[in-house]
Amino acid sequence: MENSNIREIVLPGDMVDLQGNKPGTGIYMEDGKAYSEILGVKTVRSGYVNIIPLTGRYHPQKGDKVIGKVIDVLPSNWVLDINAPYLAPLHVNETSWKIDFGDTGKFLNIGDTVLAKIMSVNEVKQVWLTMKEQGLRKLEGGHIISVSPTKVPRIIGKEGSMIKMLKETTNTKIYIGQNGVIWIDGETDNILKVVGAIRMIEREAHTIGLTDRIKEYLNKS
Amino acid sequence: MSKFTENVVSEITKDYIKKLLEKGTRLDGRTADEYRKIEVQRNFIPRADGSALVKIGKTQVLVGVKVEKGPPFPDTPNLGILATNAELVPLASPTFEPGPPGEEAIELARVVDRGIREGKVIDLEKLVIKENELVWVVFADIHVLDYDGNLFDASSLATMIALLNTKVPAKRNDLGEDFNLPINHIAVANTFVKIGDNIVVDPNLDEENIATARITVSTTEDGKVHAIQKGLEGSFTYEEILNTIDSAKRIGKDIRENIISGVD
Repeated sequence: MENSNIREIVLPGDMVDLQGNKPGTGIYMEDGKAYSEILGVKTVRSGYVNIIPLTGRYHPQKGDKVIGKVIDVLPSNWVLDINAPYLAPLHVNETSWKIDFGDTGKFLNIGDTVLAKIMSVNEVKQVWLTMKEQGLRKLEGGHIISVSPTKVPRIIGKEGSMIKMLKETTNTKIYIGQNGVIWIDGETDNILKVVGAIRMIEREAHTIGLTDRIKEYLNKS
Repeated sequence: MSKFTENVVSEITKDYIKKLLEKGTRLDGRTADEYRKIEVQRNFIPRADGSALVKIGKTQVLVGVKVEKGPPFPDTPNLGILATNAELVPLASPTFEPGPPGEEAIELARVVDRGIREGKVIDLEKLVIKENELVWVVFADIHVLDYDGNLFDASSLATMIALLNTKVPAKRNDLGEDFNLPINHIAVANTFVKIGDNIVVDPNLDEENIATARITVSTTEDGKVHAIQKGLEGSFTYEEILNTIDSAKRIGKDIRENIISGVD
């Protein structure tokens, strides 16, 4: 694997060699052997073998920062689409605004975009959002694009290396929601450049040496 | 939670599209009078009398043609019949519902039908078997498989290509040898939408959702305009309409030469 340019891809039911590590996410055990549950990429991190899905919808987790689109306004709630299997409500009490009952539409309206945090997820994956934290706000201007949520770690890069490079070379502001929605603000030409780079990361996420190629792409154009 | 998220256009996207248009470019890097990539597969359904699958970008439309014999309409006893029908199946978009054709599907079928009928595309006079009694009835059925904007152009193009390779099944009906459906003209429909003060051709779903006005111009190879359909609540100026007609003639020529009569 070390010599190959591609990470190991496993199919559901494929036997996974744990190499002395513990089974992590995306793995089930049978007769003492480990098998993959999903189509994904095998990764080993801090003593666990995880299968990272190649594709799929966003599965909300408590504490994730996500970017959502307001699709309905209710007297004391907004309904947000966060690219998850279910829509997510945001209650007026979970914002820093002081809102009278029924005045929700004055603060956020249909079509607005919000950076929010997942406050809780219950056992049937119903989600509650919150905006009560510094930095969580309504997003204005710029551009939003969607990528597969499974590619988000790759776009952020190791300790934020990829996203830092994108921001610095193009002089843009970028927020990446864990749900795969990305907000980019800056000069139009720079936004287009970032979008191009992100699409390239998306396509080549499973290959090694991607950061260098992205650097090349950004410097070239 | 009755709303569909697909029906809600993000304000950010709306502003961004407008900003890009002012710079002369679009979300996918096209210019205002540029189409997405068009792909065509002729005779896609082997058992149909004629068929075509057309993709414009991610929009995908399948048209099947069936030719049957039947009585002519009383007011046109010496003409064959063209019947166009469109279905927006739920498979194509989360906003399409099953059931009888709605307003959108009916408009789609009518715009396609009008372009072909008024362009005198099919030589209906040659489809008479016995005057006043029996004629060929051409059914063109439009199935939208994937919706990413601009169904009008995709459906018109698919219908035109399907008709071009339609064989009239005379042998099956004991009426002599099969023959190609008699085609006089080639009609092409081009749809333009107005976003802000800009007009773009071949809108994708995001552009269609924020457009204030829409116009579909149907032309034939002799440079004549045969049908125009205007949609949505916004308005066009007189100059804008003349410009779209000029563009439609130019783009229509290109599509006729490179897509319709191109490689099989």
